[in-house]
Amino acid sequence: MRIDAKGMHYRQLNKMIRDAVASGEKEFELDDIGGQRYIGGGLNENVKITINGTPGNDLGAFMNGPRVIVNANAQDGIANTMNSGEIIIHGSVGDIIGYGMRGGKLYIKGDAGYRVGIHMKEYKKQVPVIIAGGTAGDFFGEYMAGGIMILLGMNGKSPLVGDYVGTGMHGGVIYIRGKVDPYHLGKEVSCLEANEEDMKIIGSYLKEYCEHFGFDLNEVMSKSFIKLLPLSHRPYGNLYVY
Amino acid sequence: MKCDSLMNPEKINPSRRVHQRIPSGCAISGMMSEEGRRIDGRAVIKSIACMHDRSNGLGGGFAAYGIYPQRKDQYAFHMMYDNAKSKEITEEFFKDAFNVDRDEPIPIYRDNGVSNPPILWRYFLEIPENKLDLLSERDYVMKTVMRINSDIEGAYVASSGKNMGAFKGVGYPEDIGRFYRLEDYSAYIWTAHGRFPTNTPGWWGGAHPFTLLDWSVVHNGEISSYGINKRYLEMFGYRLELRTDTEVIAYLFDLLVRRHKLPIEKATMALASSFWKDIDRMEPEQKKIATAVRQVYGSTLLNGPFSIILGHSNGMIGLNDRIKLRPMTAARKDDMLYMASEESAIRVIAPDLDEVWSPRAGTAVVGRLSEAE
Repeated sequence: MRIDAKGMHYRQLNKMIRDAVASGEKEFELDDIGGQRYIGGGLNENVKITINGTPGNDLGAFMNGPRVIVNANAQDGIANTMNSGEIIIHGSVGDIIGYGMRGGKLYIKGDAGYRVGIHMKEYKKQVPVIIAGGTAGDFFGEYMAGGIMILLGMNGKSPLVGDYVGTGMHGGVIYIRGKVDPYHLGKEVSCLEANEEDMKIIGSYLKEYCEHFGFDLNEVMSKSFIKLLPLSHRPYGNLYVY
Repeated sequence: MKCDSLMNPEKINPSRRVHQRIPSGCAISGMMSEEGRRIDGRAVIKSIACMHDRSNGLGGGFAAYGIYPQRKDQYAFHMMYDNAKSKEITEEFFKDAFNVDRDEPIPIYRDNGVSNPPILWRYFLEIPENKLDLLSERDYVMKTVMRINSDIEGAYVASSGKNMGAFKGVGYPEDIGRFYRLEDYSAYIWTAHGRFPTNTPGWWGGAHPFTLLDWSVVHNGEISSYGINKRYLEMFGYRLELRTDTEVIAYLFDLLVRRHKLPIEKATMALASSFWKDIDRMEPEQKKIATAVRQVYGSTLLNGPFSIILGHSNGMIGLNDRIKLRPMTAARKDDMLYMASEESAIRVIAPDLDEVWSPRAGTAVVGRLSEAE
């Protein structure tokens, strides 16, 4: 189903998509998207949505299954509390992406903004994954409780990531390609070299990631990665306990 | 967010506006031709309308620079009056304080869902020489603005600069823009605001932009240091009467840049100053400057979340709070500089951009008019 979304309000657009999904439609191509919020939000079916234009905030919020492809930059709040599915962005993204994400994959070709993956979480096989090809802002993985984040820093910019990386982190793992000044790290993380086992995990996700964006996997994997792990699973257990 | 057809108010059911909870924050948008090329108000309306769902209909407004080229040496006062009496008192005051070269109603278009506007009148003013024995021209104008806002009941100055004006009110910004017939004005800088009032009232004087002389500020966020900033400004003769936190930002720029002659970059450094932990790591010279700015201007530090666009005669500046608690995207295309809360609000008027970026927290984006010195 192809929809010309020029000037369309998000309620109308998302209702059209939901109604079409309910009647069995499997594939959508949305043209002239310009800021419509909540696209793919709350959908439970394994449909494919291709977006041409800049989607609005909370793209794929509460999404459970679909594959969303954005052929542009995207804005804030992507994959908010997303449960499963895949979001592939052929551009850069804004702030607070992957907030409370609990499953599925979010692959970003370019940069990510502030507060990526705040309070992501995992449960058994439900492990959310975020990969960004460029750099990221402050509060990367703040209060992270689970899941995997991989930051590649392939845009030549420095620093790779802003301040307070993993502040309050108490689960999950962050991999960063290259070095991070300890000054930028939160107090609740430890920084290690990624080992062979880690590189296998990284490689398995990056294979898929590189296929989406046409990057050379060997080149991406040729540089060493660091690994950030939480020092404690309950960093604030004694906070406010007097 | 809907772009074109929102411009047609009949397509929105008014009762839904009232009863529906709309999850939102404010919206800001700004555009400037650094070559000073003037464009009409339709593009900025289209941009702010794209972020319709960030506002809730309780405030919208615009600032425009370069709109009165025939009268560019006169102070253009845009006034809001609650009633004929406040207009009469203010006009008596104007006659005494200025040479009123011309006064007229601000042209409006009534039929579009904006209700209960105040009396909107504009004045083109010159300052009699004998008034400037003890004060500079702009200090004199600043004092008259403070005096009207605090002493004349029901009279508020919407803007008071040369060759610029603010057009604001209670309503959605796209409706306010049509109400003021912005398609009839041409400006080299336009800024716009869609309001979602949180802890201060939604009223005509409290809509953004907030202005003084040629400064104008549109703001998304809330200034939790308002009390400290207000008390500091009061020591320099500013009176804060408009019941909205954003007012302090306009006056702080007037104080720091016009009166204290700080370069714009140092002023933004005072408002969103570096953290001490980062100052400790700076090179000696930079460290000295950053330390001095924080020490001297501690009371101008803006706390709380904000993204702002500041307009003035020679440029446009975008600034975020120090930990980026509000969104801002910037972009360039040829001579145009754009800033907005959302990238889509830029793309809707300029689909093909040369450059698009998210400014870092506390780092100003500065647009300058090339013909300015």
